[in-house]
Amino acid sequence: MLFDALLLQLGYNATLVAIGATLLGVSAGITGTFLFLRKRALVSDAVSHATLPGVGIAFLVMVALGGDGRNLAGLLLGSAISAGIGLWCLNWLTRNTRLAEDAAIGAVLSVFFGFGIVILTVIQTLGVGRQAGLEGFLLGSTAGMLWNDALVIAGGGAAALLLIVLMRRPMTMVAFDPEYAAARGISVSRIDMAMMGLVMAVTVVGLKIVGLILIVALLIIPAVTARFWTERSDLVVLLAGVAGGVAAYVGAALSASAPNLPTGPIIVLVSFALFALSLLFAPNRGVLAAVLRHIRFQRQVHLRQGLLAVAQEQLIYEPLTLRLLRRHGLLRADGVPTEKGRARAAKALRDEHRWALVRSDQSHEAAAAMYDGLRDIETVLTADQIREIDNLIGGPKEVSA
Amino acid sequence: MTLELARDNGMPTATNGTAALEQSPFAIRGLTVSYGEKPAVFSVDMTVEAGKMTAIIGPNGAGKSTLLKAALGVVPPVSGRVQVFGKPLDTQRARIAYVPQRASVDWDFPTRVIDVVIMGLYRELGLLGRITGRHKAAARDCLERVGMADFADRQIGQLSGGQQQRVFLARALAQGADLYLLDEPFAGVDAATEKAIIAVLKQLRAEGKTVVVVHHDLATVTDYFDNVFLINTRKVAEGPVSEAFTADTLQAAYGGRLATAQVDQLGVAPVMGGVY
Ligand SMILES: Nc1ncnc2c1ncn2[C@@H]1O[C@H](COP(=O)(O)OP(=O)(O)OP(=O)(O)O)[C@@H](O)[C@H]1O
Ligand SMILES: [Mg+2]
Repeated sequence: MLFDALLLQLGYNATLVAIGATLLGVSAGITGTFLFLRKRALVSDAVSHATLPGVGIAFLVMVALGGDGRNLAGLLLGSAISAGIGLWCLNWLTRNTRLAEDAAIGAVLSVFFGFGIVILTVIQTLGVGRQAGLEGFLLGSTAGMLWNDALVIAGGGAAALLLIVLMRRPMTMVAFDPEYAAARGISVSRIDMAMMGLVMAVTVVGLKIVGLILIVALLIIPAVTARFWTERSDLVVLLAGVAGGVAAYVGAALSASAPNLPTGPIIVLVSFALFALSLLFAPNRGVLAAVLRHIRFQRQVHLRQGLLAVAQEQLIYEPLTLRLLRRHGLLRADGVPTEKGRARAAKALRDEHRWALVRSDQSHEAAAAMYDGLRDIETVLTADQIREIDNLIGGPKEVSA
Repeated sequence: MTLELARDNGMPTATNGTAALEQSPFAIRGLTVSYGEKPAVFSVDMTVEAGKMTAIIGPNGAGKSTLLKAALGVVPPVSGRVQVFGKPLDTQRARIAYVPQRASVDWDFPTRVIDVVIMGLYRELGLLGRITGRHKAAARDCLERVGMADFADRQIGQLSGGQQQRVFLARALAQGADLYLLDEPFAGVDAATEKAIIAVLKQLRAEGKTVVVVHHDLATVTDYFDNVFLINTRKVAEGPVSEAFTADTLQAAYGGRLATAQVDQLGVAPVMGGVY
């Protein structure tokens, strides 16, 4: 069943939802990355909650005009307008009052959301039966998705992506170093506005599938996930797009594979699973890698300290140090250094002297920056450079390891 | 060339000839900047001489950074006019390179040293241009000039403060500008690095570029610079080091913060360290 779903074999609606969700996932992941890099992730939460009054009012207006209150394009237009007003309020509050942005976000988010709920309640008591699932916008509802709905989502997502391709460089520059960007003539406020416009577009487009409460997850989780894997902003953007797309596709398929599984929340859970995997297993920034690195580091420290102690004929008390030295065959069971142990110890001491010279020489700055008291000097300098240093130190030319 | 000692200053604009305005790479007229109600820079005129190295000098909070930022439109001025190479600022952006004081950056940002320098090439790259080997080579070249080539692939947060400062200088070099504005490039930098940076700046001057540096170390002013600009909210003095960098002007700029004895010492032989 799940397999069928993944291969888009579960019928028209499920296929539409899967395609729409994937497009949304990609554009939300990419847009969200810039928001994340700009450190304004929570603004998207305010924006999404500010859509609700617009949905309700648009419904009322369309009904009053004698149309179908459920027209998706109309509802989304309403939500975009009210999200825009929310964003404007947020900017006004941060710029013209002493409120910090987080406080302003809290204020805008709760007031708009509360107002939206009031309107939805009013609608419920008005024309009974006609309000037809506006609550679906809270958590998303894909059950009755139409071809036109999918088109709206695809169009919105594609437009957002196009804008990002055009603006990725100025947006990156503003996120990294706004003062420098401004000095180069980039209007920081305009870039920020465009970024918010993108967030608004993605939010509005995503209302139908994941709903306004969870859209923030689609924007932010992929970016955070991608950040674990790379130190390059352009790759973070790409990977976030991939993570967002995969999560949305798999999530949509999963929810289609069994009755009564809500699409939006499942997508968010899949996205979270990718995040958790990255958190644990990513090289360098992952938790596991950090633990392993720490253990390895600890052993290196003990081994090196042990060798230096041997070289200087000091007594070693640390049980771990002793154990490591023995395991490497550097120390006999009775605590006397082996032949190999003596040689390695002499080399360690000599490396210390060499490092001291490297670190005092400005021309070796990059090498000196690698100094950690552990590294074999050959991993950083060439044989020629080492010979040169040895000439300066004097003494035996070769120490066999 | 315009020399002016503005000890009797306060009167903006009109007195300064328009010829100077037309020729100067960086001319400011009547610039006032205020954070809230208290002006940080008040009615300042500045005319930077082309092809020279100029130091902006003044005590902490004198408005040196503010002057540069406002002139570049990073903070909005209350009033004033800026001309770059005799033309409005916005038409000349490509010719200006700026190195901020404490770069306002996020150090955990996912970017390598080389990517930061390539940012200096963004104008050349345009919105859609691809980054090619040629751009990377140019960026590496700039890193080489500040002695940071070996760090090209490190994440920017893994560098020390002085190394980061040099990377931002490399980014400015990559722009290939004609006017360089540097806000305290020597702050928190060791002696060897300072020597390396000053060598780069002197080379720029030799190529005919104009360099403006916010500088704190009074002892090195005579060594490094051709001209000085003394400021303490208002302009105190402007001109060649030999004329404008005197006991009088220093006293006027620093007031009681600089003991008379110290100034005397400076006037004769510049031997003291930075004065704050
Ligand atoms: N963002 C800001 N908000 C409010 N006041 C500011 C701000 N930046 C600077 N100021 C004030 O403006 C004045 C000038 O500051 P500025 O940073 O230009 O001084 P500076 O000459 O560069 O000092 P320093 O030598 O410490 O770098 C100071 O009194 C400072 O307190
Ligand atoms: Mg300053």
